[in-house]
Amino acid sequence: MTSSVRLIMAALAALLLALGGTACGSDDEEESAGGGGGATSATLIEKDPANASKTITVGSKNFDEQVILGEVYAQALEAAGFKVERKLNLGDEQVIYKALKAGQLDGYPEYTGTSLTNFFDLKVKDVPKDPDKAYELAMEEYAKQDITALPRTQFENTYRVGTTKEKQQSLLKGATTLSEVAKLPNADDLSLSGFATCRQRPDCLLGLKSLYGWSPEFVADEGKYDPIDKDRADLGVVFSTDGELTTGKYAVIEDDKGLFPPYNVSFGIRNDALKKIGPKGREVILAVQEPLTEDAMRELNSRVSLDKEQPEEVATQYLKEEGFVK
Amino acid sequence: MTFELVAQGGLERRERSGVGCIAESGFCPDWIADNYDRYITPFFEHVYLTVVSVAIGFAIAFTLALIAHRRQWLVGPITGVTGTLYTVPSVAFFFLLQPITGLGNTTAIVALVCYTLLIIFRNVITGLRAVPADAKDAARGMGLTDRQLLLRVELPLALPEILAGLRIATTTTVGLAALAFLAGGGGLGAELDEQPFFKSNVAVAGGLAVLLAAALDVIILTFQRLVTPWQRAAA
Amino acid sequence: MAEGRGVTAPLAFLGQFGDAVEFIFKERDSVSGGVQVGGLAELGDFALIHLLVSLVAMVVACAVSVPIGLYLGHKGRGEFLAISVSNVGRAVPAVILLFFFIAFVGNGFKNVAVVLVLLAIPPILTNTYVGVRQVDRELVDAARGMGMSGAQIVRRVRLPLAMPTIFAGIRTSAVSVLATATIGPYANLQTLGEPILSPQIYDFSGQLGAAIVVALITLAADAGIGLAQRAVTPRGLKLAEGPGRRPRLALPTRRREAAT
Repeated sequence: MTSSVRLIMAALAALLLALGGTACGSDDEEESAGGGGGATSATLIEKDPANASKTITVGSKNFDEQVILGEVYAQALEAAGFKVERKLNLGDEQVIYKALKAGQLDGYPEYTGTSLTNFFDLKVKDVPKDPDKAYELAMEEYAKQDITALPRTQFENTYRVGTTKEKQQSLLKGATTLSEVAKLPNADDLSLSGFATCRQRPDCLLGLKSLYGWSPEFVADEGKYDPIDKDRADLGVVFSTDGELTTGKYAVIEDDKGLFPPYNVSFGIRNDALKKIGPKGREVILAVQEPLTEDAMRELNSRVSLDKEQPEEVATQYLKEEGFVK
Repeated sequence: MTFELVAQGGLERRERSGVGCIAESGFCPDWIADNYDRYITPFFEHVYLTVVSVAIGFAIAFTLALIAHRRQWLVGPITGVTGTLYTVPSVAFFFLLQPITGLGNTTAIVALVCYTLLIIFRNVITGLRAVPADAKDAARGMGLTDRQLLLRVELPLALPEILAGLRIATTTTVGLAALAFLAGGGGLGAELDEQPFFKSNVAVAGGLAVLLAAALDVIILTFQRLVTPWQRAAA
Repeated sequence: MAEGRGVTAPLAFLGQFGDAVEFIFKERDSVSGGVQVGGLAELGDFALIHLLVSLVAMVVACAVSVPIGLYLGHKGRGEFLAISVSNVGRAVPAVILLFFFIAFVGNGFKNVAVVLVLLAIPPILTNTYVGVRQVDRELVDAARGMGMSGAQIVRRVRLPLAMPTIFAGIRTSAVSVLATATIGPYANLQTLGEPILSPQIYDFSGQLGAAIVVALITLAADAGIGLAQRAVTPRGLKLAEGPGRRPRLALPTRRREAAT
């Protein structure tokens, strides 16, 4: 290399280092407002011995993402010194909400859209499309039950209708939006697979019928992508944070009419438990959910569904890689 | 509420091609070798559920059978009750008990116990009935009391039948305990339910259950052979 | 969980019973509304599939097991096979087999039927074999002496006399098959297990209602086969059982089986 080129390379390198350095260096020690760049960005959770006498029961619903989130919150609270009991994989939203109200658990992560349409009887079309407004409405409703819905995550896990790329071409004739699918001549002959409760959820099958006028044949199947792969169904109800969506095998049909409300996660905790863990405990919960972008959540889900690792381990990896625990 | 622009974050993003044994949910010996420890606790939970349920079931059914042996009119009703319990699908049982016993071990064990009752009861009764009349007469002739008759003549002769019932009850319970996760009871079934399409998982969890059933069967069989040496010739 | 409910729960349970019976006959809203569930129509559909898959499995299992059992029993060969099949059959529980199939083969009616067939074979095969072997040597010799061929001996002597035992095996299998068909929904087959496995949609009364229906069907099948068992028992055998001997119980408890 000529000396001038070498000089330019060196200058560039220095510039990059400087930029990287400032990005890392500008971190706050208090609120971990954004985990931008580098493993030292997030705050290490401090163990407070005073918390050792306080027990909190963390629950979760019965699918991968929920169990991962439950573990993340549980392990974070443990790192802060609390004693945590887990009631993960408990069941669907009806079961766990009943348990929460009855005091059998103290808190669990719920999706704003789910709580509004399933617990608080909002019609799907009445749910605010703005994530913040949806969250605030949920917070108000939960408050009436003596439950605090903590601030929401940035990511949302919303429904998507998906299928394989081949089927999108062959069966859907290349349709990319749900309106297009609903208008297909064979629309009602198509089969849609989904988890069992989708059938009765206004933000699932019932919504497809009422808003899009599309009545596919519903195949109850907990398999998510398996029915689509193995031709048990033409399309499937999938989730936006599914790991499988990163493999490139599947095509996602756009919800152009905006059927699905916002589904950000908000940790709903009973007021008595919230008092128990205090402002520090609250901080830990919010801090640890901060770096969860849709991308990050998808990565965590992939580790469980694709790499076949266990949710507890994946949660630990997340906390370590983000710098919350050692 | 605003969020600062989050860049990469500290979370490592892995490369995934979607190809390969694990990604395709196949049968992967490597994965099994690395992850076999996740089955240890469920396996022991399963053992616990089976052994405790069969033990309690045996205690109850055996007692009932002894009572009914002396009062034959009881056999019909007891068979009826235990038989009805037997026909209620186990799946239902795991759910239906929840309002009373909640989620967890207790519900699972109560349900499993109910399933062993009929099998064990029937076999104990049959075994006792099959004791030859001459053996009993001879014993009475020797002046044995009822209780001595039971302990020294009837039960030993009925042992093969009783143990056969125990074997059937045990292997059946191992199978039903695979559904105990529906009641929050853990066990190998919980692992099966977590990844039902991942062949490696099903192979290991299922394989362990089969091995457990076979092992318990052999143990009881060995015990039977040891305790009833006169039977070996008769077979 | 059960705090404070322990005593009142059983009473509430009885109240639920009425609710469950109502579920069987009348439609109602699903747990979170929006869909109609329950009622005779829907339960009828489930029951139909439940019975169909069970019946298919039983027919195939009998068609396979009885001839083989008869042949082996008559020839006196293959005792090891018959006993081994029974042992393996017991060691591989139905639920596990179903999960294996779902992961390795697939789901749906056909696959569930195959699992049920595999489940039903051992008791029928073993009982047929043992039943045939138990037939009195003298009777067989007498028949041979009368000039009957092997096949005739089987048809006219061994089979009728083995009937009670064979039917006992069929009864055991039928109960197992009907019970296992309940977990059909796991393999995407909508049997009567559907309401039981989806309480989020059907609620507790739905589960109980479906469970009651399954229990009734199973009891009916058991009783029905029991009647058939009595009907095919040759009169001679019934007389032989006489007042002095106790009637046999349904489960096959042969000394031979016990000794393995």
